[in-house]
Amino acid sequence: MRRILIKGNEAIGEAAIQAGCEAYFGYPITPQNELTEYMSEKLPQYGGRFIQAESEVGAINMLLGAAASGARAMTSSSGPGISLKQEGISYMTGMELPALIVNVVRGGPGLGGIAPAQSDYFQATRGGGHGDYRVITLAPANIQEIIDLTSECFWLAELYRNPVMLYADAVLGQMMEPVNVKSDNLFSKYRTRDKLPKVWAASGQKNRSYVNKLTSLYLEPEELEKHNLKLNKKYDVIKKKEKRFEIINPGAKYFLVAYGIVSRICKLVVKNARERGLNIGLIRPISLWPFPDIAFENVMDNARSFLCVEMSMGQMIEDVKLAVDGRAQVFFYGRSGGVLPKPNDIMSVIEDKMLKGEMIET
Amino acid sequence: MHYCPGCTHMTIHKILADTIDELGIKEEAIGVAPVGCAVLIYEYFDCDMVQAPHGRAPAVATGMKSANEDNMVFTYQGDGDLASIGTAEIIHSAVRGENLTTVFVNNAIYGMTGGQMAPTTLIEQITTTTTKGRNSKDHGYPYKISEQIANLDGASYVSRQSVHNKNAIENTKRAIKKAFVAQQNKEGFSLVEILSTCPTNWGLNPKQSIEWIEKNMLPIFQTGDLKTTD
Repeated sequence: MRRILIKGNEAIGEAAIQAGCEAYFGYPITPQNELTEYMSEKLPQYGGRFIQAESEVGAINMLLGAAASGARAMTSSSGPGISLKQEGISYMTGMELPALIVNVVRGGPGLGGIAPAQSDYFQATRGGGHGDYRVITLAPANIQEIIDLTSECFWLAELYRNPVMLYADAVLGQMMEPVNVKSDNLFSKYRTRDKLPKVWAASGQKNRSYVNKLTSLYLEPEELEKHNLKLNKKYDVIKKKEKRFEIINPGAKYFLVAYGIVSRICKLVVKNARERGLNIGLIRPISLWPFPDIAFENVMDNARSFLCVEMSMGQMIEDVKLAVDGRAQVFFYGRSGGVLPKPNDIMSVIEDKMLKGEMIET
Repeated sequence: MHYCPGCTHMTIHKILADTIDELGIKEEAIGVAPVGCAVLIYEYFDCDMVQAPHGRAPAVATGMKSANEDNMVFTYQGDGDLASIGTAEIIHSAVRGENLTTVFVNNAIYGMTGGQMAPTTLIEQITTTTTKGRNSKDHGYPYKISEQIANLDGASYVSRQSVHNKNAIENTKRAIKKAFVAQQNKEGFSLVEILSTCPTNWGLNPKQSIEWIEKNMLPIFQTGDLKTTD
């Protein structure tokens, strides 16, 4: 075991290659360009195909085609580009095609800025495009986790035949951190997971006795409803099995709720606050959809209030409120436009809102 | 059968299916269906098929070729799908010289949605969005996209054909075969545009529709090979 220093965007690329990615389709957009550049250089060396598409619309539809033909494939972008990809994502969920879509989130709306944000949470977790569908969304908080989740995303996509989104942000994409490398020069833990057999893929009939036809078109209302019920059943299984989260200090009375880079700032706040004698913990969703509402059940007996901290004007807080379901107070602190919440500011909110009128317990 | 009486989509389907059989490529063939009247083409073909978002068939086909470059991938697209919403995808597939074959069915109108103006609609042609006839001042000019594609270095074979009589049908078949052979030989992008009828939305009977192609479309959209490597 040794450690190497690697940039987040490049870590996604290397982890994807190690996880057996066969095709990548990209279009330049900051702050994820290092990933596109990395794949252009490295993927062909491993026999995969890299295409710089004419647009994000082109890229997502190339991904649709590669996935339909059975390849393990991916695309990446940031907010404005992910908006353009929504058409293809909707079709892919309707056709039940597995693929990895990476969003290195920047601030919006519109062209917004290129600084880190978490303001694409609604877009990622509510479907994003047209129709009744869901996309599994995983949010890493450090570069080691980026690596693990990148290969996990491919696996989940193929297991459930559904697109999966790796939802990072500009900090995670741009920062460098040390990660573990095993003796065989690999750092991706799912390398050994073979691709599941894709008997459904439109890969050319060849030795099959049947042909495969993939479509999301169901003109008969009853047929489309049947299809949507089938998809929904799958989403129910995902909700049951794939909720991922981390809890720090599960017996605490006050909880911060945060994901991605913000959760790391919150970890520091929790550490500092506990040193001051505050009984405070952290819930960190790793899967944004399915939202890990069960994490809240684990702490609800002692929990008095929750403070949701986001780099948005308040998006995940809706899921937090649904999970808490009126059983405790839920507060919000958000920064937007690329501004990171500072530990002291979060501490002030804890003091002003959560602890107001309450004795500090040691 | 979901096409209207007198529509030549079925003629083109048959030519395409016959060509696949004659070349013996059914087991490597993957077709990409458009959005439009031909959206259900996958129902008529006994090979692997995928239905693409509107205009995106060439991008989808590009992805399929990335998965396996030995497959024979074709797109089947109408004029709205290919020359309007999908302009970027078709042009850039040709720019990249993707080994794909596109069958481009041009009937100068949006069929499935009820007869609106297409980019290929002729000047003075009446549609539901040009009820006084298309005029260049308000609506621009008929788009000869095949000529544009023929100018691209990545395109190996580009041809415009028609299916208004027996000779035209035979020429169309030869052209489609040539396009697939170009793909087999990895020569680059190949496209066959085919002038086709739309009796329902043209407001003509089948016989008049054939005559309308001859009288109105052929002078504007001249048939013949636009680019060949021969």
